[in-house]
Amino acid sequence: MSYKHIGKDFTPPDIFGKVTGKAKYAEDFTADGMAYARLLVSPMPHARVKKLDLAPALAMDGVFGVITADDLPPVEAPNGGILTNEPVFIGDPILAVAAVDEKTAEDAIGRIDIELEPLPFTVNPTDSLRPAGPNARREGNIYAGSPPQVGELHWRQDEVERFLAGGQPSAEAPIEWQYGDLEASFDNAAVILTESFVTTGYAHMSMEPRSVMSYWENGKCFVYGSTQSQSFIIPFLAPMVGVAPEDLVYVSEYCGGGFGSKIFPYPIMALPAHFAKKLGRPVMLRITREEEYYIGSARVGFQGWIKAGFAADGRVSAVDLYIVQDLGPKRAGGDASSAGGAVSILYQPEALRLRSVPVLTNTTPRGAQRGPGQNQIAAIFEPLMDKAAQELGLDRVAIRRINAPDSNAKLNADQGPVTSAYMAEALELGAKRWNWAEKVKRSGRRRGSKVTGIGVGQGYHAAGTSGFDGLVRITPDGKIHLHSGVGNLGTYSYASTTRAAAEALKCDWSQCEIVHGRSAAHLPWSSYQAGSVTIFTHTRANHVAALDAVAKLKEVAAAALGGQAEDYDIDGQRVFRRGRTSRALSYGEAAAKAIEMGGKHSGVEVPEDIHEVTKRAVAGIAGTGLVGVAKDTLPKRGTVPGFAIGFVEIELDVETGKHEIIDYLAVGECGTVVHPLGLANQLRGGGVWGFGMATTERHVYDPQNGLPANVGFYQCKPPTYLDVPSRMDWAAADIPDPDNPVGARGIGEPAMGCAVAAVMCALSDALGGHLFNRTPVTLDVILSHIAGLPPTSGPLAINTF
Amino acid sequence: MTAYDVMPDIELYQPATVEDATELAARLKGSAWLLAGGQDTYGWLKDRAKTVEAMIDLKGIDALKGIRETPGGVEIGALTTLTEIVRHPLIGERYPLLREAAAVVASPQIRNMGTLGGNLCQDTRCWYYRRGLSCYRAGGNTCYADSPAGMNREHALFGASRCVAVSPSDTAIALSALEATMIATSRRGSREIPADDFFVGPDVDIVNMTALAADEVLASVRLPDRWANAEFHFEKVADRNVWDFALVSIAAALRMRDGHIENARFACGGVACVPYRLPAVERAVVGKPRSESTGEQAAHLASRGAKPLNHNQFKVPLMENLVRRALRG
Repeated sequence: MSYKHIGKDFTPPDIFGKVTGKAKYAEDFTADGMAYARLLVSPMPHARVKKLDLAPALAMDGVFGVITADDLPPVEAPNGGILTNEPVFIGDPILAVAAVDEKTAEDAIGRIDIELEPLPFTVNPTDSLRPAGPNARREGNIYAGSPPQVGELHWRQDEVERFLAGGQPSAEAPIEWQYGDLEASFDNAAVILTESFVTTGYAHMSMEPRSVMSYWENGKCFVYGSTQSQSFIIPFLAPMVGVAPEDLVYVSEYCGGGFGSKIFPYPIMALPAHFAKKLGRPVMLRITREEEYYIGSARVGFQGWIKAGFAADGRVSAVDLYIVQDLGPKRAGGDASSAGGAVSILYQPEALRLRSVPVLTNTTPRGAQRGPGQNQIAAIFEPLMDKAAQELGLDRVAIRRINAPDSNAKLNADQGPVTSAYMAEALELGAKRWNWAEKVKRSGRRRGSKVTGIGVGQGYHAAGTSGFDGLVRITPDGKIHLHSGVGNLGTYSYASTTRAAAEALKCDWSQCEIVHGRSAAHLPWSSYQAGSVTIFTHTRANHVAALDAVAKLKEVAAAALGGQAEDYDIDGQRVFRRGRTSRALSYGEAAAKAIEMGGKHSGVEVPEDIHEVTKRAVAGIAGTGLVGVAKDTLPKRGTVPGFAIGFVEIELDVETGKHEIIDYLAVGECGTVVHPLGLANQLRGGGVWGFGMATTERHVYDPQNGLPANVGFYQCKPPTYLDVPSRMDWAAADIPDPDNPVGARGIGEPAMGCAVAAVMCALSDALGGHLFNRTPVTLDVILSHIAGLPPTSGPLAINTF
Repeated sequence: MTAYDVMPDIELYQPATVEDATELAARLKGSAWLLAGGQDTYGWLKDRAKTVEAMIDLKGIDALKGIRETPGGVEIGALTTLTEIVRHPLIGERYPLLREAAAVVASPQIRNMGTLGGNLCQDTRCWYYRRGLSCYRAGGNTCYADSPAGMNREHALFGASRCVAVSPSDTAIALSALEATMIATSRRGSREIPADDFFVGPDVDIVNMTALAADEVLASVRLPDRWANAEFHFEKVADRNVWDFALVSIAAALRMRDGHIENARFACGGVACVPYRLPAVERAVVGKPRSESTGEQAAHLASRGAKPLNHNQFKVPLMENLVRRALRG
């Protein structure tokens, strides 16, 4: 299909601010009389505040006040409170001091007399599961059930030992789902592989720490924050700060990275609002790099066991998956089920069972991190595919194509449908573009101390939802205002999704203005910006809003020029009568006429089914132009899948354990390409992160005292510029999804999953098929394997080197 | 505890001459911190893991900067930045070992600000110590790293004495291999300290990593002619290629004669609290060609006496491999 805007590059408007430094992030805002707050955080992994003497701090010149958990609404465990009197990890915020400047606030914190009573703690889920293992919280050590709540579960010692030794787990797992006849499907397998594995849960470490500034004015609460989402924040943040949604003004024009940790409002985000109310002055809470580590969330860690059966033709016949999840100390989870879901769609096994034990630990609170569950299992399962291919005498791309999901694919426990899937086509495209057939011949080639490893990996994530609102407005000056409630999380989807509206309005991009970033700018209800959903979800919402505007343009033209609305068509910012094109109104003239007509045409009346957030947004612009507003009720016939495939060549130095990525290609299977540069950036950025997950990014805790080793960037070790190839190629299958008006599906998470999987496969390939069954595969792990030394850490060790 | 991030009040002195600096160092010793490029300093002070009353900023002293030829070799002012060292033709021509070492320190931004003196005098990166725990090195009575559950992947193989921290300096091993000397100056006068004596282990001083006295300022580093234009090998193995510290590194200087090694000096980083010299390797390779076979014969000598901790056994084969590579040429 030929498009005017879809599939074409454009310059999102926020880029200018980013490259000139004019962009204002949360920390850049100030207000008259603003106080600066700093946090006192827990030095213990689990403790109770026994004594707190604030007087020396409050007596200091320049100190405005202190806020503690007692000043804030209570929360039920294991939800994250804003502040706490019973910290459950080192770095858990206990109180905040506000002062005339940060130094005074920090000096005041130093004078606070605080006494903590230490409580039992654990930094390893399987330690907690032992018969008398420590509970991470007084309420228990697991978070499970329906609805989930904190409970207690301890295994028998022999069950723990068996699990750690890699034996088939037999211990109770609170979460379990299954489809198909597992036993029969394993009976039909020609090859059965059984492995235990561990994937570390490492910190998000967003580049922009989650600083927040708030103040109150005329009954409204103003919050300047850093979130991935924009409109989606409002109904959740409002009760957190104690205000009606209509009285919350939320500004988040830019977000310097969230990666899943800033999807929703997070507890600390509400602190300045409460503190500002208490002090009667604006409060800025700047979050430091170290604090960002503590409260900025981390990926859920896995300690697991897998059994996978393969038929003689290469089909995956059965998968039995058992995962102990490291949830940190607060509410989290879902990663294990997502891992099971990813296996169910990517390999289409006849039968699958997932069992999971969600365990609380006194480590960083966990949350969704790009491909939560899908990407951990991609790192483990894809090397198993290679091993099965080797045993069955199949090519590694071929075995993936044999199992590739198509549009008849089923997924998850309910074996539900997908909107479309074209993985065989994407694998073929990638293999051809990357010249797989030739490059795979280099596998194992020695060049001095370096050996070549070739890898292919696949990633998946559900990538689209529906039911959200779109809003466009045409003003008498002819401008087309594309109101986007989508957050600016760095993918430019807030802008690229509006291209669907411009497409439907058949207008020039130069006539369009994107309105976003501030709730006061009248933004429609939006999905969250996470889970790879935005491009599918909001091209639909923009499309339906634009269709509403087109219908209204035609109605206005008919009212002004005669005839019926269906007699009219649009193009070139004009609405004209078919066959008599001189009978026309410009969009600007139609907007003026819409204002005159009022009612639904100018937004005075709105559809019943749109969200309250959208209704308020329309109320704010009613009477200023022709308003197109609608809820997306287009058909969506299944899960919207997003897929990606990574092809990688590495050279591994067997004397140092270091590897170099020689060549990388990422292929997106994500429907029609909406914004080529945006997609390229997603595939490359996801690739870099995947490389880090595979080999460098870590999460280290000292079991002696619960102290984290990596609170800064250099200890967390995300890849640097010189750790990744200078050129990373990309491609896309570019086959439209039938349930999206422009054919688009999401891509964000799989772009990382395919990379971690590809590198894991390449490392294994370089070492003759050795399965490390863990992330990260740091150079010491490689060297220990080559030298025949015991692993750096014990079996299924997590939160460790 | 708080995640401190703001500089506390510190009295700042900005002397313009070495004499003024040494005068201040003598007067304020024990309560003052010598500031060069600040790349180690600010982390300590902003985190408030260390506190001082005064800071003597040496950056305004021109006499401490620059690279100059001397009758016996080359002298580098301690305040010379690492980038200047990397770019200086004299270093590149005669002592490329030092250029290579300086070029892999941290990141370009840090090398632009960081100085040779700062790189040599920086404190250990033991993460327990850096987090402000009261370990031996910090004046306490335990070592968290050298314990049954200690997280010690990055710690020492050699020279443990209550403390198992390692020297983080990339340039230190190069200077050790080059038989450099350090010029320490104070109001009492100047003294020339061989590199191997400049760095001290916990058995000598568990609090300080160099032999500098509290009133002394590292003024310069002298590179002797002895090793100019020799054959060199430098290699640093770290998790990342930028902004990381060596897990193990090696610097080797080899004086060749008629295709055979006439004299050699080897120093390893990341395995001890000081640049760890390999005298057994140095002796074993004399008279032999630089070859795979020589490397094979000498490699195992490098790790003799290593006492690996729970998580750092991999450093043993890594160290041996680096010796092989240095001799392979």
